Amino acid sequence: MKPNVMKRHLKDSWKSLRRNGWMSVAAVSAVTVTLLLVGIFMALLMNVSRISTQVENDVRVRVYVDRGTKKSQEAKLEKQIKALPNVKTVKYRSAKTELDTIVGSYGSQWKMFSGDKNPLNNVFLVDTKNPKATIKVAKQAQKLKHVSEASYGGSTAKKLFKTVDTIQRWGVGFTILLLFVAVFLISNTIRITILSRADEIGVMRLVGATNSYIRWPFLLEGAWTGLLGSLIPMLVVDIGYSLVYANAGLTTAANGYSLFPTMPFLFWLDVALAAIGIIIGALGSVVSMRRFLKI
Amino acid sequence: MIQMKNVMMKYDNGVVAMKDLNLTVDPGEFVYVIGPSGAGKSTFIKMLYHELTPSEGDIVINNYDFKTMKPSEVPYMRRLIGIVFQDFKLLPRLTVYENVAYAMQVIETPDKDIRPRVLEVLKLVGLEQKLRRFPSELSGGEQQRVSIARAIVNKPQVVIADEPTGNLDPETAEGIMEILEKVHANGTTVIMATHNQQMVDEHKHRVLEIAGGRLVRDEKEGSYDSEA
Repeated sequence: MKPNVMKRHLKDSWKSLRRNGWMSVAAVSAVTVTLLLVGIFMALLMNVSRISTQVENDVRVRVYVDRGTKKSQEAKLEKQIKALPNVKTVKYRSAKTELDTIVGSYGSQWKMFSGDKNPLNNVFLVDTKNPKATIKVAKQAQKLKHVSEASYGGSTAKKLFKTVDTIQRWGVGFTILLLFVAVFLISNTIRITILSRADEIGVMRLVGATNSYIRWPFLLEGAWTGLLGSLIPMLVVDIGYSLVYANAGLTTAANGYSLFPTMPFLFWLDVALAAIGIIIGALGSVVSMRRFLKI
Repeated sequence: MIQMKNVMMKYDNGVVAMKDLNLTVDPGEFVYVIGPSGAGKSTFIKMLYHELTPSEGDIVINNYDFKTMKPSEVPYMRRLIGIVFQDFKLLPRLTVYENVAYAMQVIETPDKDIRPRVLEVLKLVGLEQKLRRFPSELSGGEQQRVSIARAIVNKPQVVIADEPTGNLDPETAEGIMEILEKVHANGTTVIMATHNQQMVDEHKHRVLEIAGGRLVRDEKEGSYDSEA
């Protein structure tokens, strides 16, 4: 297509959007409401998914070394643990360090267990490549020599994995459902504006306009509708999320978990909202007008 | 210019609207298509600009043979034709100027050539003072003049007018007829379906009379009523 023809289509589509008055306002409003829902749920679900992954990643295997195991035997054991499938990192913590952590967390009365009275074992903290491999790694580590116990949080971890799975599965399902609703609502509204202009399309055909020439201004008008409809949702989500991040962000950080930082998260969320608006708007227009383009 | 051979038009509901139609229209002719309501005039006109496809037979306009023409060629065939409707069919959201310019834009005429030509045809139809008006702000006669301006702006070889004076008072109708005569005088073929007896009798041209879906009269310089 010649550049001046494209320029003409852009100008005409914008002009038509303005001249359609309330019909355009109705279409833009429908997009606004839908994208507002999509934006809020996307921000919510992405953060829920992020935190649940962080929680899941916190689950690690603790391999307790038999008391009295020599340093050389511990080194050999460390190598054996590292060689297990799905093991990402292995960190050694002596019984003394373990006790120091307890003293730090629960108070100085635990100091009475210092020195030879320390009942704790030396521990290998094992992170796995995949959180769900912790159960398997723990079972394999349990069988190694000089291991007194290998734990992974037992049923609590299993329950956590199940919960995280459910959250993520429902999250994906819900997002897809919401997008379907968005497609339906937006394309339906645009369809109504196009139905009201069936005569106009008929005239265009009769003066010798090709189908693609007729289609372009409608496609662009749909895209403008989508873009304009995404502006308020972007603003609301940006302000809303920034406020939530400023307040809840600190609380979650104190627990070792974090929300997506506002930048670049909000930038990409805005891009996604604009893109969804533009694509659905443009496609909605083209699909709705197809029936009027028969020769 | 236009050839129709053994054309038959049968609608999906079984009604035969046109049959055994054979005729030729030469370049530069002015042809009236007359007949009572329901005789098949509109079917005849719609077949010419390919809004309706004949069930049988063939129509050829210039080098476009409707039987072999691809769907993608239809817009290009329509560019040979300017169409004027009884109900004007102007785009309500476009101004007078834009309605006429639109017909040039769709055939991708460069911007610099559009304005002078649009102004020229609007002057021809006497609307050069109402460029920025919207169709809803014009009278019926004025809207029909815009419709004619749009039909002729691309210098088509044929102007097809379907009852162009049907909704207008006699004085305005005469004004429209004079414009169509001017278009014809410039060498354009004009095919006009009409009920207007006075018009046909005063402006003598070839008359095609359709009745019951058949061409019953083809008379050069004919009048509305058959003299036979």
